[in-house]
Amino acid sequence: MSGRGAARLLALHLAVLALLFLAQFALPAYHHTNVARIMVLAAYAVGYNILLGYTGLMSLGHAMFFAAGMYGAGLPVYYLGFGAASALGAGIAAGVVLAALFGLMALRTSGVSFLIVSLMFAQAFYLASLYFNEITLGDQGFILSDRLAPLSVGDASVGFHEPAVKYNGALLLFAACLLLGLGLRLSPIGRVLIAIRENEERARLLGYDSYRYKLLSLVVSGGVAAAAGASYALLFSYAGSTFASILFSIYPLLWTLLGGVGTTLGPLIGTGLMFYLVDVASGFTSAYLLVVGVALVVLILWFPQGILGTIRARWLPWLP
Amino acid sequence: MSFGPHLFLALLEGTVTAFVLAVTALGLSLVFGVMRIVNVAHGEFFMLGAVLAWFCASLVGTPIAGFLFAMIAAPAVVGALALAADRLILRRIEYHPEGTIVATIGLLYILQQAVLTLYGPDARPVSPPVYFTLTFPWFGYSGYKLVVAAISALLLAAVWWLLTRTTLGLYMRAAQQDLEMAQAFGVPARRVYATVFALGAMLAAAAGVLVVPIQQAHYLMGLDPLLLSFIVVIIGGLGSVKGTLVAAFVVGISDGVVSVFFSPTLAKIVATLLVAGVLVVRPGGLFGGDRA
Repeated sequence: MSGRGAARLLALHLAVLALLFLAQFALPAYHHTNVARIMVLAAYAVGYNILLGYTGLMSLGHAMFFAAGMYGAGLPVYYLGFGAASALGAGIAAGVVLAALFGLMALRTSGVSFLIVSLMFAQAFYLASLYFNEITLGDQGFILSDRLAPLSVGDASVGFHEPAVKYNGALLLFAACLLLGLGLRLSPIGRVLIAIRENEERARLLGYDSYRYKLLSLVVSGGVAAAAGASYALLFSYAGSTFASILFSIYPLLWTLLGGVGTTLGPLIGTGLMFYLVDVASGFTSAYLLVVGVALVVLILWFPQGILGTIRARWLPWLP
Repeated sequence: MSFGPHLFLALLEGTVTAFVLAVTALGLSLVFGVMRIVNVAHGEFFMLGAVLAWFCASLVGTPIAGFLFAMIAAPAVVGALALAADRLILRRIEYHPEGTIVATIGLLYILQQAVLTLYGPDARPVSPPVYFTLTFPWFGYSGYKLVVAAISALLLAAVWWLLTRTTLGLYMRAAQQDLEMAQAFGVPARRVYATVFALGAMLAAAAGVLVVPIQQAHYLMGLDPLLLSFIVVIIGGLGSVKGTLVAAFVVGISDGVVSVFFSPTLAKIVATLLVAGVLVVRPGGLFGGDRA
């Protein structure tokens, strides 16, 4: 990547972030909350895409990392009175540790076996969150708003119930994850990951220890997913085991596929579109899972590259 | 009840579970072995079998007639559905491993939602076709559960016969060993694939029909058999029929014992961790070659 190319990419991503920042002044209240939610979920999808898009490892168990972040942040706030910053840190740490432990075991397998193993570990995590319902409160979950101290900046203090805090908190998280993803994509490590995605044997032949790179990618991906989960718990004041269920492992896959696997901005586009598609569909039918199912089948049959992937292939080959 | 009889009950329950699980997992294992694809909608075929059994029972007067009707109609309907899925989706993406997983996840949600809309969210019971109690000195045991085990054993034997004694079975084993070579010798790969996919679905549907009198039919009931089948197929080695059967009994009986003595949730967690253990020691499963 030449210096000018990198500058153009950075400018594009900063422009998208600036647009998201400015949107909060124009959006009506309902969409304001929706977009805040979309940005947190898109950060989750960005994390997912690091593993699927850059490294070529498809996981069906990312909900456990999201939920690890959610519980890692939520439980200390609920029981130990942690503040927002330390809770976020605890959430990310929980996700990173879980991803590392999971990777040490699951990365011994590859391809389809890895998929099944990730699905089952996530299910064990989900069942454990139900089994220990005296602590986690199971699928009923718990509310954080009355336990979480407001943020204080200097003399002013703002609570997490403020829409502006939700929106900008979500934007900060998304920006951090997006730029981390972009940075990783353009770094030498990202090149090695893509080499592994394209041909693992060849990458190994060139002397790269593919196991360590895959583990690194999994840990970063799990950490980002956990950051999104922790932020979700803090910003939307709720943690519950629904977020550990299989559906929440399928969602980031769907969002990433829709937006474009292996594109940096695809997860945002996919998450936003799918969010509003389900939102509109649930206006006149309760069968929103049908939308999810049909979208998956249609994407895999006719648009395997997703929206940005198709745009990149047709018109903008420089898009990351 | 003292420990001995309690354990005996647990083993009995586990054995019945193991037989049903063996039928379900064998369907998944055949599809994986021959076609090299993972059917995530397998549990929904199981669920459809159970729901169709309820429909059959409500159409026909006596439980025994309803059961026999369901044993034929449910696998037939589900098999036809699987053929359609093979033709319309899987063949078009050329059985790409990861594409198939995504597509069958889509199919999972489509089927689940369709059943929720048409059948409703309730769990509905079906009365067993035969009703008698086996009396042990310590407890009475439902005779129908033993019928379930017997029919499952018959189904397993039928699949074994199909695999080892028929031309279709020969085609299947040839396609599993080396698809290109099999095609060179005139094995009709497309037809074999479609048949295997339908056969796998029909086995799941038959297992669903069998458990309905024990479990009730519910639109979310497909998840547990799917995950247990995954566990079985991984422990047994992906694509190995012998491994699948052995693993079904290990998983089924241990699931029964832990469920009776502790809790079903804990049993599922234990089974999953068992898989982790197996994978750490042998990434290809206990009976698998290096293919996994």
